[in-house]
Amino acid sequence: MTDHDIIVGIALEEACLTLEQLAAACAVEPDWVVYRVSEGLFPAAGASRSEWRFTSGALRRARRMREIERGFEAPPELAALVADMLEEMDELRARLHRRGFA
Amino acid sequence: MEFKDYYQVLGVARDAGADEIKKAYRKLARKYHPDVSKEPDADARMKDVNEANAVLSDTEKRAAYDQVGRGYQPGQEFRPPPDWDAGFEFSGSGASPNEAADFSDFFAEIFGRRGAAGGARFRQGGDFQMRGQDHHAKVLLDVEDAFEGAARQITLRAPKVDDQGRVHLEDRTLHVKIPKGVHAGQMIRLAGQGAPGMGGGGAGDLLLEVQFKPHARFRVDGRDLHIVLPVAPWEAALGAVVPVQTPGAKLEVRIPAGAQSGRQMRVRGKGIPASTPGDLYLDLQVVLPPAETPKARELYETMARDLAFDPRAATQGAAP
Repeated sequence: MTDHDIIVGIALEEACLTLEQLAAACAVEPDWVVYRVSEGLFPAAGASRSEWRFTSGALRRARRMREIERGFEAPPELAALVADMLEEMDELRARLHRRGFA
Repeated sequence: MEFKDYYQVLGVARDAGADEIKKAYRKLARKYHPDVSKEPDADARMKDVNEANAVLSDTEKRAAYDQVGRGYQPGQEFRPPPDWDAGFEFSGSGASPNEAADFSDFFAEIFGRRGAAGGARFRQGGDFQMRGQDHHAKVLLDVEDAFEGAARQITLRAPKVDDQGRVHLEDRTLHVKIPKGVHAGQMIRLAGQGAPGMGGGGAGDLLLEVQFKPHARFRVDGRDLHIVLPVAPWEAALGAVVPVQTPGAKLEVRIPAGAQSGRQMRVRGKGIPASTPGDLYLDLQVVLPPAETPKARELYETMARDLAFDPRAATQGAAP
């Protein structure tokens, strides 16, 4: 392929990542995700493990939780709490931004 | 490539113990956490801190780094001696080639070889076949791109194994067509542009996550578009039809009589186009004409005299 070939991107549905894709994107084992979903620390859409689909927001959450757990040896529950607070902060920042304050 | 002094990055002595390194890392990880840090270069500093910690907190990597880096000063041109790592046996834990993509060329030069060793084991596996991993990256678009679609040139850095089995970080430029109707956080799949497969397995995909650059006039929230719409006092008071330019269309919007500054109006379906298009939100902002001419002053004075208006009546009671 040359540098000038144009690749056409396909926009994916809201929740599009499989368990394996999400785990690979965060450099964790799928079981890491499964445990956090089963403990209610992490949202998954779909009835069974093979049907779970994750959004880009879930990917961001997984990466944040992984960083907090690894960097501070934090238990998953604490990492989830930090992720909750960071998401709340994202929402408040977005609101400020929409009103032209940031 | 420049030599990186990981001890200096973490601010610890060369003989620092594991606990000291852990403590220094946590302190800096908090200071430069990209979500909360006020430091202007927090992202870059956090990468350096993560990289330094990945090496110094791992006994094997630290020993290898100490050996290869003996006598080097920070910033000095670095060349590892050939086969320097012959005496080391890495256990395979720690940074994967994918994680290493977040780190520097210096890191890849020293520790990249381990990923190659893993690859060699796979290649000896005969019938072994595996699809390549998906890669992830962010793509920064202008708001207008969501309405019209866009062609973008994206440069990505990814680990690559050469013929000698060594891992290098390589820049790769892709010309990508982004469809219209994308919103912040949406994933775009570029089939076959991820990591190559093994043993005849297909390549992974590249998944791009859409982010928008800040725009002077437009703000995006999901598929909704927000615009501050300045209006004259008489347009707000009497009602008016005013033109509004969005990236997708030129609209005429009716402002109801008696509208106040800060009022939000919604125009259905005029946000980012999609099967369910977003809405357009107009935040009205009443702008006063300056009282710079005798005529303008006269008009304001007439209003002050003839309109019994107290803007603070509701909040502070009637004026004395």
